[in-house]
Amino acid sequence: MKISKSPWLLHYDASSCNGCDIEVLAATTPVYDIERFGIINTGNPKHADILVITGGVNAQNATVVKQIYSQMPDPKVVVAAGICACDGGIFKDCYNILGGTDTVIPVDVYVPGCAVRPEALIDGISKAIAMLDEKKQAAIEHASCQIHYEDKED
Amino acid sequence: MNIKEVTADTILKEAQAMKIEKYRLIQICATKVEEGNIELLYTFGDRNDEAHFRFVTDGKTPIPSISHLYWPAFLYENEIHDLYGIHVDNMVLDYRGGLYRTAEKAPMVKE
Amino acid sequence: MATRSVVPFGPQHPVLPEPIHIDLVLEDEKVIEAIPSIGFIHRGLEKLVEKKDFQEMVYVAERICGICSFGHGYGYVDAIEHIMSIEVPERAKYLRMILFELSRLHSHLLWLGLLADAFGFESLFMDTWRIREGILDMFEESTGGRVIFSINKVGGVRRDIPDEMLKRFVKKLDEIESEVGVAARAFLEDSAVKTRLCGIGKLTAREAEELGCCGPMLRASGIRRDTRKLGYLAYDDIDFDIIASDVGDSYARTEVRLGEIFQSIDIIRQAVSKLPGGETEAPVKGFPDGEYMTRIEQPRGEACYYVKANGKKFIQRMRVRTPTFANIPALTKILQGCDMADVPIMVVTIDPCISCTER
Repeated sequence: MKISKSPWLLHYDASSCNGCDIEVLAATTPVYDIERFGIINTGNPKHADILVITGGVNAQNATVVKQIYSQMPDPKVVVAAGICACDGGIFKDCYNILGGTDTVIPVDVYVPGCAVRPEALIDGISKAIAMLDEKKQAAIEHASCQIHYEDKED
Repeated sequence: MNIKEVTADTILKEAQAMKIEKYRLIQICATKVEEGNIELLYTFGDRNDEAHFRFVTDGKTPIPSISHLYWPAFLYENEIHDLYGIHVDNMVLDYRGGLYRTAEKAPMVKE
Repeated sequence: MATRSVVPFGPQHPVLPEPIHIDLVLEDEKVIEAIPSIGFIHRGLEKLVEKKDFQEMVYVAERICGICSFGHGYGYVDAIEHIMSIEVPERAKYLRMILFELSRLHSHLLWLGLLADAFGFESLFMDTWRIREGILDMFEESTGGRVIFSINKVGGVRRDIPDEMLKRFVKKLDEIESEVGVAARAFLEDSAVKTRLCGIGKLTAREAEELGCCGPMLRASGIRRDTRKLGYLAYDDIDFDIIASDVGDSYARTEVRLGEIFQSIDIIRQAVSKLPGGETEAPVKGFPDGEYMTRIEQPRGEACYYVKANGKKFIQRMRVRTPTFANIPALTKILQGCDMADVPIMVVTIDPCISCTER
């Protein structure tokens, strides 16, 4: 797969049990090491291209998730890592869980697992990178249709 | 488990006695029991020994706080307030329901 | 007097793998007061007892936290086993103890990495996490899972671990021990690291006791209390000393946790050499009726599991008092009077596990 840019990653723990969080971190550290693809785990939403959410969303952190998402520049891709982020998982029946990440923001890639395995996560992120490129291309095409009189791209 | 049954009025006295004995507070736990009543279990501990105190409250009458004797108790008491809806009097740090900001009030007593 | 300002810290912060929110009241660069608020990962799993039966609750208990997963599962099944008077076979106890100590190793190594990340020593963070992968490989080989492996069940363990495999693990642990030894030099002797840790977040023995601290946080302040000395599982047969320090700062906490890594390796060695043969699970009949409170020593400190049941399939109450919950009052104390720049280090040195705390 060709990677057109080095996408940076932002991880937010919605209401995960930590199992997926530490696997997300494990994916960035030696042995799995997604940093070899130029991916850096950043702490700043404004630097990030890919948002990795672990855990289901509850009433209190729903606004945090939305805010982080809105702070990220376009194009952006959301990866729901682990079964709780996909649909609530084992905590689906808990009183304080609204559901998966897609109850508050649009999700592009769903990575299953409890806890998510680093291999699966790398697979998910590589899918996210492909989608990032697609979205970027679509944005360029959209922009060139809109502003046809300006000789401007990107 | 060796549990001493007390009442909401005497728990302060028992906590005081525990403090003099240099026991530490291990935990405070609320359990929903029959007819909307809530059972409160206070656990104190020495190095190897545990002392349990229990009383039942109806969930509406305020209970006294032991946080001026055991400062860390404020966390447990705020937790009980937020999850069980029991009002705790005279907490050293009162979050006024803001410790766990759950979507619904007192979720643990709901059916 | 300088003007006061309030700086919100978290829930999303580069140094925090988990969300906690602290309102920091600052006077210039000094923190005057810190008010923590939690609830970002509150799920309400204690109420799941109404929907999952007492056997299924083991899986829920394990998912209180993915880092201390084994301990939570064990604490819950131990309470149930006491209520049901189940005699767990000796071999199962030893296997549980070995896995518990492996969990402690993985948790402490993880913490060391996060600490290195907090003070900006990225290569050290990467190195400790590389060492930790060796432990996770052992989990995967013996149980099938990397972080949450559900090997505990009411009555024993789900599968036996062959003796040869355990002997191989002990050999691997020798390698890990020497690797941790190299990393430990960086943590304890590097002058730049020392300037970030020494004298930061001091807590006296008296304060630690009054604030209800537990685990390495308490022991680093000079109080020698370790719940393992109560002798649950097979800890009575094992020869180990409580590791403590009298200094009480962030450096002492690092020292204690590093000491516990070597101690855990030693405990595993002793346990494997004494491992008895035989069954690994006892039969379970009927439903639990009664109540019990178990106390165990998790990597982060003492944890309590209270279970109340009334002879039905669904238990009445499962209550978990986790170590971080007990350490939060101390965090607010050590944050008072510190520099704003040291806040991340201090939050990390209590080894916060917010997921445990909020359940």
